[in-house]
Amino acid sequence: MEFLSRLTAIIRKEALQLGRDRLTFAMMFVMPIMQLLMFGYAINNDPKALPTAVISADDSRLTRGIVAALATSGYFALTHAASSEAEANALLQRGEVQFVITLPSDFTRRLVRGETAQIAIEADATDPTTTAGALGAVTEAINEALARDLTGPLSTHNARPGPVDIVIHRRYNPENITRINIVPGLLGVILTVTTVIMTALAVTRERERGTMENLLAMPIRPLEIMIGKISPYILVGAVQVVVVLVTAKLLFNVPILGSLWLLALATLLFITGNLAIGFTFSTIAQNQLQAMQMSFFYMMPSILLSGFAFPFLGMPAWAQFIGNLLPTTHFLRVVRGLMLKGAGFSDIATELVSLAALLLAVSAIALSRYKATLD
Amino acid sequence: MTDNAIDVHGLVKRYGRRTVVDHVDMTLAPGRICGFLGPNGSGKTTTLRLICGLLTPDEGTGTVLGQDLITGHDIIKRQTGYMTQKFGLYEDLSIRENLEFVGRIYGLDRLHTRVDAALDRLGLATRQTQLAGALSGGWKQRLSLAACVLHEPRLLLLDEPTAGVDPKARRAFWDEIHALAATGITVLVSTHYMDEAERCHEIAYIAYGKVMARGTSDEVIATANLAAWRATGPGADRLAPMLTNAPGVTAAAAFGATLHVCGPDPAKVEAAIAALHPNPEIVWERAEPTLEDVFIHLMSLSTDNAGDG
Ligand SMILES: Nc1ncnc2c1ncn2[C@@H]1O[C@H](COP(=O)(O)OP(=O)(O)O)[C@@H](O)[C@H]1O
Ligand SMILES: [Mg+2]
Repeated sequence: MEFLSRLTAIIRKEALQLGRDRLTFAMMFVMPIMQLLMFGYAINNDPKALPTAVISADDSRLTRGIVAALATSGYFALTHAASSEAEANALLQRGEVQFVITLPSDFTRRLVRGETAQIAIEADATDPTTTAGALGAVTEAINEALARDLTGPLSTHNARPGPVDIVIHRRYNPENITRINIVPGLLGVILTVTTVIMTALAVTRERERGTMENLLAMPIRPLEIMIGKISPYILVGAVQVVVVLVTAKLLFNVPILGSLWLLALATLLFITGNLAIGFTFSTIAQNQLQAMQMSFFYMMPSILLSGFAFPFLGMPAWAQFIGNLLPTTHFLRVVRGLMLKGAGFSDIATELVSLAALLLAVSAIALSRYKATLD
Repeated sequence: MTDNAIDVHGLVKRYGRRTVVDHVDMTLAPGRICGFLGPNGSGKTTTLRLICGLLTPDEGTGTVLGQDLITGHDIIKRQTGYMTQKFGLYEDLSIRENLEFVGRIYGLDRLHTRVDAALDRLGLATRQTQLAGALSGGWKQRLSLAACVLHEPRLLLLDEPTAGVDPKARRAFWDEIHALAATGITVLVSTHYMDEAERCHEIAYIAYGKVMARGTSDEVIATANLAAWRATGPGADRLAPMLTNAPGVTAAAAFGATLHVCGPDPAKVEAAIAALHPNPEIVWERAEPTLEDVFIHLMSLSTDNAGDG
C-alpha cells in the first residue's frame, strides 16, 4: 500500500514534468519521423559465408560438385542438411539459415539426358543487401562446376545454353525493397537512441538540480524511484513506436504480418530494458553531460553491431558476441520476423527470452548501483 | 536510551583522506532550537546529512528520535523533516503539486485537506497553481519549510534556510520556527547570521569539522572568556586597521562611529590600545564581548591548528 502510494507519487510527478518538457515532446514525434525519412538508402556491402541448408534429393558426383562449387564461392556456408522442405522452411523462418538450396531427385538424370535440370534457391530476402552478392555468384559457381564435371561423353551438354535452370525465390520481401527492411531496424535504433537517454537524463537532472538530496531524505526506496522514473517513459516509447509504424505504413507501405500483441510485448520488454540501461548510466554519470556522452557511446554498438547497419551473420564472431548482449539485436530480429515474415510466438520465443533476461540483468545492476544515500 | 531528540557521539565522515566531520558530539532535547554555526566548508551540511541518514558515518554511534542512527534510517526519515541548503523542490511543478508530491511520498491521509491547510498557513492558497520556480527566494524557503513539516515530523533539520533572504522574510521564517518548536518539534538549524544565532535556545559552533563551542549564547560567550573594549569619540572607527593585526587582538571592528576591540588576554589588548597614538578625545571603556567576537576568536584558533588537516 505504501509502496503504491510512493510509486504513484513518483510516476505522477515524472509525468507532470514530462508534460511540461517541450523538448522531450518534440523528440518523441519529430525524431522518429526525421530518421525514418533520412534513412531512405541502405548501406551496401557484401557479406560472405551465410548459413545455408541443402536439401539434396539426388546424390551424385554432379550434384556434389555443384554444392561444393557454391561453398567455394565463399558466399554459402553449408551449415544444415535438411531432409524435408518443411524442416528447411522452419530453419529459414527462425533465421538460422539465409538460404535453402534444393536439388530435385531428377537433377542428374535430366542433365545426362540433355534436358534442362532445375536447382531451386530460396533466400531470406528480408535484408536484400545480405543476399544480393550471394545470389549474384550462384550462376557462375554452377557453370564452373558443370564445366569441370561434365566431361567425356557428357561434355557436349556444356555447349548447349543453360543446362541448369536456377530458380531463385526471394522470401518475405519479394520485391527486394531495402526500405522495407530498414523500417523495422530503424524502429529499434530510434527507440535505443531516445529511451536510454531519457532515463539517463531524468535521474542525473535531479542530482544536478539538488532535488535528489531532498528526495532521498524522504522515506522512498531505490526500487520505487527506479520503477517510478521508468514507467512514464514506457508510454513515451510506446507513442514513438506508433508514430514510426504509422509513418512506415503511410510512406513506405511496410506490412505487419505477425501479431500486434507479440510486437507490443517485445516492444515493452525492449523499451523497459533500454530505460533500465539509461537508469544504470545515471548511477555512474556525475552530470547530464556525462549521461549524454554515455548514452551516445552506447548507441554506437547498438547501431553497428545489432544487425542494423551490417548483416549480423556477416560479422566476425567477436562482433556477433557483443551484438548478442545488446537488446537492440534481439529486438531487431523480433520486429523483422513479426513485420516481414509473419513469425509466430515459437519463432521469436528465444529472442523474447533474451530481451527479458537482459532486462532483468540490467535492472539488477541498476538497483545494486543505485544508492539511497549520498555516500 | 535517552530522551534527547538527537543524541549522537563521535561522528566522523571522511572524503578521501580529508576528515570533514571530526568526532562530532551532538545532543539536543525535544522542543529545543539549536543554531548550528561555522564558516563555509566547516562540515555543517555534512553533519546534518549524517543525522538524517543521507550519509553513513565512518565512525560514531547514537540515536535520533530514539532510533539507532545506523539501523533506524527508515523510521528516522519518517519523523524528520530535512530542508536542503539548495532549493530541493521541483521548479517545474506548481506549488500545490510539490506539496502533494511530498505528501504522497509520506503516504499521508487526508492529503487534500493537509495541503489546503499548508497553503493557507503559507498564504499561498491563491498562487497554488504557479510553478515553484517562479517564486522569490524568500517564498521558496517558506514553501520548502511547509513541505518539510507537512508530515508532522518530530525533528527538523534546516540547512541555511534563510541564506539570501530579506530581513522581513527572515523574521517571518523565524517566527514560524519558534511556533513549531512551541509544539514540541526539535529544530537544528544552520545559519551564518548572528541575530539568528541569538534567536536559538542554544548554539553549536563548528570549524574544520570539530565542534568548538556549545551551549546557550550566554554560555558560549562566557566560556570563551574574551575581554572587550569600546572606543567612542571623533575618528574612533578609523583606528580599526591599526588594531586588527596587533598582537593579542582577535578583532577590531567599527560599528558606525564606535570601535569594538576584543582579545583573549585583557593585558595584551590594553597594551595594544596603549601603543596607539594617544588621543584625549577618544574614550575607551570595557564592553561585553559579543557572539561574533567569540566566533571570530574560535575561527582564528582553529585556523591556527588547521595546518595539520
Ligand atoms: N561529496 C563530497 N565529496 C568530497 N568532499 C565533500 C563532499 N561534500 C562535502 N565535501 C567537503 O566537505 C567539507 C564540508 O562541507 P559542508 O558540510 O558542505 O560544509 P558547510 O555546510 O559547513 O559549508 C567541504 O570542504 C566540502 O568541500
Ligand atoms: Mg552547507
